[in-house]
Amino acid sequence: MQQLEALTREAASLAHPALPPLTTDEAEVDRVMTICNACRYCEGFCAVFPAMTRLLEFNKADIHYLANLCHNCGACLHSCQYAPPHEFAVNVPKAMATVRMQTYSDFAWPPALGALYKRAGLTTALASAAGLALFLILTLLVNGSLFHEPLAGDFYAVFPHNTLVLMFGTVFLFAVVALGIGVARFWRGVSPPAGPDTGAAAVEATKNVLALKYLDGGHGEGCNNEDDRFSLWRRRFHHFTFYGFLLCFAATSVATLYHYLLDYQAPYPILSLPVQLGIFGGIGLLIGPAGLLWLNIKRHPMHGDAAQRPMDRGFIVLLFLISLSGLALLAYRDTGAMALLLALHLGVVMAFFLTMPYGKFAHGIFRAAALLKSAIEKRQPNRLGLGD
Amino acid sequence: MLDVLVIGGGNAALCAALMAREAGASVMILESAPKEWRGGNSQHTRNLRCMHDAPQDVLVDAYPEEEFWQDLLKVTGGITNEKLARLVIRASSSCRDWMRKHGVRFQPSLSGTLHVARTNAFFMGGGKALVNAYYRSAENLGVQIRYDAPVDALELDGDRFVAARIGSERIEARACVVASGGFESNREWLREAWGQNEAGEWPADNFLIRGTRFNMGVLLKFLLDAGADAIGDPTQSHSVAIDARAPLYDGGICTRVDCVSLGIVVNRDARRFYDEGEDFWPKRYAIWGRLVAKQPGQIAYSIIDAKAVGRFMPPVFPGEKADSLPELARRLGLDERTFMETVDSYNAACRMGDFNHEVLDDCHTEGLEPAKTHWARPLDTAPYYAYALRPGITFTYLGVKVDENAAVHFDGRPSGNLFAAGEVMAGNVLGQGYTAGVGMSIGTAFGRIAGTQAAAAALSGSRGQEEKTLHPGKEHAAA
Repeated sequence: MQQLEALTREAASLAHPALPPLTTDEAEVDRVMTICNACRYCEGFCAVFPAMTRLLEFNKADIHYLANLCHNCGACLHSCQYAPPHEFAVNVPKAMATVRMQTYSDFAWPPALGALYKRAGLTTALASAAGLALFLILTLLVNGSLFHEPLAGDFYAVFPHNTLVLMFGTVFLFAVVALGIGVARFWRGVSPPAGPDTGAAAVEATKNVLALKYLDGGHGEGCNNEDDRFSLWRRRFHHFTFYGFLLCFAATSVATLYHYLLDYQAPYPILSLPVQLGIFGGIGLLIGPAGLLWLNIKRHPMHGDAAQRPMDRGFIVLLFLISLSGLALLAYRDTGAMALLLALHLGVVMAFFLTMPYGKFAHGIFRAAALLKSAIEKRQPNRLGLGD
Repeated sequence: MLDVLVIGGGNAALCAALMAREAGASVMILESAPKEWRGGNSQHTRNLRCMHDAPQDVLVDAYPEEEFWQDLLKVTGGITNEKLARLVIRASSSCRDWMRKHGVRFQPSLSGTLHVARTNAFFMGGGKALVNAYYRSAENLGVQIRYDAPVDALELDGDRFVAARIGSERIEARACVVASGGFESNREWLREAWGQNEAGEWPADNFLIRGTRFNMGVLLKFLLDAGADAIGDPTQSHSVAIDARAPLYDGGICTRVDCVSLGIVVNRDARRFYDEGEDFWPKRYAIWGRLVAKQPGQIAYSIIDAKAVGRFMPPVFPGEKADSLPELARRLGLDERTFMETVDSYNAACRMGDFNHEVLDDCHTEGLEPAKTHWARPLDTAPYYAYALRPGITFTYLGVKVDENAAVHFDGRPSGNLFAAGEVMAGNVLGQGYTAGVGMSIGTAFGRIAGTQAAAAALSGSRGQEEKTLHPGKEHAAA
């Protein structure tokens, strides 16, 4: 029977050569969404189900879009009358998570590196090891030792500013380009026709991203974690992580502006803007990832795709280490351990930049694109007249 | 000793348990299903029919008591109990704050359900989310919950509850609420109730159960055998025409086929048998199960053409598809000649007006028996689709007779400490027919009453016990 269905799909796809046949994971989303579309009880939870009701059938691009719109909050799983052990075995978060991963990988640039997603945990670990090794060895080469006489926090004495700019600038630029190309390829498939309200839609999508609207459960009480209870902690810890990250990024950006525009060079005093941003961001980036890791470990086993746990946890741990090493560097920048701490911090930051386009970081970019489509689409009339 | 024992694990049972616990009683719930299947038919529900005199959060306009009562009177054909029905209706106007307190969340009517936006309050996430919320609240309040606990008998002292038995285990309590559902999962009982038809068929053998697989009717049977007064006809039930490919149990909402009113329905002999366009489908779906049950082989086929596609809720299974009507008949295994006669005479009888599937339009047939009174458009646009239909039973209406205190009656007299709520007594209000969401209104109203009364009976203590012995039959005035 499944074979027959697969053949039918293939035949249908051959009739529309523009769309390649569905993968097994995409076919599962199609199957699950067909059941959901005949039920619709979960419409109030998030944006996925209202988007689904605009469709009678689900093609490849629809499936990619819906998969990335799903925030894996778990509400629909715990509320589902067709969830296992029901023979329909509906598990929307899992089906969506699996395809989400596939889209990151399929749309990755350069395409050959898309495979890294499939071993994203390992990729993160190896990148971290490589980043750390690189900077520890560089420190040894430049400094002759990992320890030194105190340098009053002047890390440019260890690594010249221009060397760091060149190394991190190149890798960061590459990451941005690779992610940009990936999400552009995704967007080409799913993009709705632009309407007159695209501006308003963009504002709404931005709000939904910044507020993590769809981790609120639709009723404001949050999402599910270990069971059918709702909790806002995932959203809160994600906010700590996201805004902590942004503050850290802002710290680096302000420092760069100081350096080039004001010719005001690091090290900056504790009460300076870059350091303050870094401290607050860093604390957020300790609390957030720690909380997310704790929630992830306690997460109900049926949420999402268990195969992606290494990717999720690797990313979370890396963020935590970035913050931890950064704050340690700040705390001990006046000691002889500064070079060692600097090497550790630069190593994990480098690992983060290297894996940005091939790891969990991509979820934010793809989801933002899906939320934009959702906001545009809902402003357009529904072509279906299902009556009542 | 335990104060209140609640037998069952769905909406009515949970309402009873929560109310009894709130009244200060110690409470235990015995759910026959394992945890992952808990909640009986409530896990398949989605809304509650609510009386309201003015707009209320998710409910628009007004739905006054009288209109609700008239709707109920109409669908039951008068086979109802006005006193109990009005009690349910009034309770439905004020229960939602209590439901919210216990974690139930409401949402505006779902897409494709505009027709009930005024009358029905939808649970966010559906009935399983409601059941989950009630179980969480019950746990927080200290209600003991046991799963995999199928009660097979009660120990009664005359009309008084003494204990429940699970195999050799005996659980005593001062009062008991039976909220263990109907008997729809019990194939043998259904077979016996429906018997054999004139053609020698056993119609119930071809029924599918839309609802839970755990409603075997064990306690219903026990109570009726023990002398509890019965109410309702064992062949009456919430019965929907559902996709014939639906699973044997727990098919729930998604197995419905919503295109009936947009086309024609023929039986195994390829003949029409009822007005497909009598009223909006949501007002008619609950009679079609019974209609199909009365057809030969208990099967029927909903036939539409390409014009109907996209105008009804998408079905869970794909329809049988063909580029011509004769081909469709062949695919369905129907007699091609008869089928074409049926379609041709229907097509010829269609009097087209302004087709609009969102109102009772003026497209109808003339000189056709049975007529199609709305949305009658010729089947003339390929491709054609067919959906095979079977009767899908959600819950049965045979139950135990109760009064306004939800007390189970024995020989016309209410028990002092045995109460019933939900589908096991819904037949008091629903003699036949159905109107969307009223099952939850009955379960919520009587669950709450039963819980309150059971707690009062349990907590009234030994003094109350003596009074009841001295003045049998008066305990309800006191409770």
